[in-house]
Amino acid sequence: MTILTQARPRPLSLSDRLILWYDRFKTPLFYLILILWAIVCLAPLYFTLVFSLKPVANAYDPPLFWPIPFTLDNFRDVIGALPLFPRWLLNSLIVSLTVTILRVLFCAMGGYAFARMDFPLKGVLFNAMLVSMMIPGQVTLIPAFLVVGPGIIRGGLKIGDITLPTGFGLIDNLGGVILPGIVTAFGIFMMTQFYKSLPRELEEAAMMDGLGRWGIFFRIVLPLSQTQLLTLALLTFQGEWNAFMWPLVILRTPENFTLPLGLNWFRGEYYTLISKVLAGSLFNTLPILILFFLFQRYFVQSIAGTGLKEG
Amino acid sequence: MSTSSTPLASALALRQKARRRREALTAYTFLLPYLFIFLVFTVFSIGYAFYLSFTRYNLLSPPQWWGLEGYRRVLCIESWFPRPENAPKPVCDDLFIRKALPNTFKYTAIVVPTQTLISLILAFAMDQKIRFRRLFRTIFYLPSVTSSVVISLIFVWLFSPLGVINQIFHLKINWLNDPRYAFYTIMMVNIFTTSGTLMLIFLAGLQDIPTALYEAAAIDGANKLQIFRYITIPMLRPVIFFVVTVGVIGCFQVFDQIYVMTAGGPLDSTTTIAYLIYKWAFRDTTVKMGQASALAFILALIIFVVTMLQRRVIEGSGTVGQ
Repeated sequence: MTILTQARPRPLSLSDRLILWYDRFKTPLFYLILILWAIVCLAPLYFTLVFSLKPVANAYDPPLFWPIPFTLDNFRDVIGALPLFPRWLLNSLIVSLTVTILRVLFCAMGGYAFARMDFPLKGVLFNAMLVSMMIPGQVTLIPAFLVVGPGIIRGGLKIGDITLPTGFGLIDNLGGVILPGIVTAFGIFMMTQFYKSLPRELEEAAMMDGLGRWGIFFRIVLPLSQTQLLTLALLTFQGEWNAFMWPLVILRTPENFTLPLGLNWFRGEYYTLISKVLAGSLFNTLPILILFFLFQRYFVQSIAGTGLKEG
Repeated sequence: MSTSSTPLASALALRQKARRRREALTAYTFLLPYLFIFLVFTVFSIGYAFYLSFTRYNLLSPPQWWGLEGYRRVLCIESWFPRPENAPKPVCDDLFIRKALPNTFKYTAIVVPTQTLISLILAFAMDQKIRFRRLFRTIFYLPSVTSSVVISLIFVWLFSPLGVINQIFHLKINWLNDPRYAFYTIMMVNIFTTSGTLMLIFLAGLQDIPTALYEAAAIDGANKLQIFRYITIPMLRPVIFFVVTVGVIGCFQVFDQIYVMTAGGPLDSTTTIAYLIYKWAFRDTTVKMGQASALAFILALIIFVVTMLQRRVIEGSGTVGQ
C-alpha cells in the first residue's frame, strides 16, 4: 500500500505552491516594493524642488517634472527680499541650539545621579519619572502655558505688601519656548540606562586619586558617553527644529516666530506666492537633512535602540 | 542602629553618615534642573490642570468652580438618551461627542493598521539580501526627519485643486476643502511620514531574532510559511506591540498636520480630540480653559484604556512570546 502511494507524485498542496511561487518571485517582488515606496518618499520633495525653481508666474504651467523656465529668484527672495525669513532662521537656531546643549548636559547629570548615587526618595523619583512619560502633553499644555506666560494668578500672588509673580512672563519670547524643554524624562531615562551599563572601574580609580563627583562627571564620565550624548543631541535638535505646537502657543508676533511657525504664517499671508513658501520649506529641511546624512548611524541607532527599550 | 559601645565604631558610623549625607546632597545638585522642571511642568501642572478641569476659566477673570459641569458639557451625556418631548435642550459643547471622538477613532483605526502593515512589509523586504540597503533606508527615513509643518505645507500644495496630484491623475478633486476627502488626505500624510521610522524599528526587531532559531526550524522540516508563522511573528510580538502602541498614542495626539492643512475643517470633518483641546483653550473667541482641561483628562484616560486593551489583545493571543 505504502509503496503504491509513494509511486504516484503527490499533488502539490496550496501552501507548497505558494512557497514555490514565493521563492521564484520574491527578489523582484521585494525590489518592486522598495522602489515603489522610495518613489513615494522622494516624489513630494522632488516636486517641491522643481516648483520652487520655477517663476511664480509659470507656477502651474506644464511641464510638471522639470523646472522650465528655470529661475533661482524664489530662493534669492526668501533670503534677501523677505526680511523676516533670516529672522525666523536665526530664532529657530537659537531655540534648537540652546535646548540641545542644556538638555544634553542636564539629562547626563540627572542620569548619572540615578545610575551611580544613593539618595533618599531615589526609587520614588525614578518611578514618578517613568509614569510622567506616559501622560499626554495635552494635559499639561494649559498650566505650562500659564506658568511660562501670564501666571497662575493674574497680577501675582499678594502676601502683605509683596507681590510674587506666578508666571515667568515669557509670552512672545524665545525663552518661553526654550524653558520647559531644557531637560526631559525620556532623556534622563536614556542616560540612566546607559550609565548603568558603563563599567565602574575607571570612576573608582579616579575616586581613589581624590577626584570628587563633579570632577569624575566632567572629566571621565562625559567623555566616555560621547556617542550616547550625540544621539540625544541629534534627537533633541531635530525635535526642536521641527517643533510646532508649543511655539505656536507661546509666540505671537511674526518677528519672534521660529521657522515652522513663520512658514505657516507666510503661507496664510501670501497664498499666491506658494513657490516662495516651498523654497522656504526646503531651507527648513536642509539643516536636518545635512545632519541626517552626517550622523545617519546615530539616528538609526536611536530609533531602533532606545525606541525599543522605552517600550 | 549604630549606637556601638566603642568610640572608634561610633566615630566611623558618624563619618559614614556624613558621607552619605554629602552624597545625597551631591545627587540632588546633579538632579536640580530636572527636579525644577519636573515639579513645575509635571507635578504642579498635572495638579493644576486637574483643578482647572472643574472650573470655568476664560483667562479674563479667575477660575470659577463649577464642579463636574465642564465634563458634563464635554460628554453631553443627556444627548446619549432620547430626550422627552418639550424638555429643555441641555447646554452642551457637543463637538467632542459628535465629531472629535468618532474622528479620532476613525483616524486611529485606519492609520495604525495601514502604517504598521506597510512598515512591516518594508522591513521584511529590507531584511532580505538586498542591494543598496543603505540608500533605501536613507530614502525611507527622509519623511520622518522633515518637519511636520513642511510636509503639511508641501501636501497642501500637492493636493490643491490645481496641484500635482490632480494634474498627474487627471482628477478634479478639491481634496482638502471637501469633507468627503479632507480627513483621508491627512491620514495619507501621516502614514507617509511615520512608516519610515516604524520600518526601522521592525527591521531592528527582525535582525534581533537569532539565526539559530531559523536553522533549528529548518532542520525540523518547517517550511517558510511555518517558519514565518511560528518563529518570526511570535518573536516579533514585543516589537509589534511597541509599534502599535507608539502609533496609537501618536494618532490620538495628532495636531500639527491638522492645524496646518485644514484647521479642523471643512465642516469639522477633520477635528480631532487633540485639535479640539487646542481650539477650546487658545483659538476660540472666548477661551474655555476649564473645559479644555477636562477634555485633556478624558483624552489621557482614553489613551490609557486603549493601550491596556491592546496589550491584552497582543500579548494574550496565540503562542507564547519571548
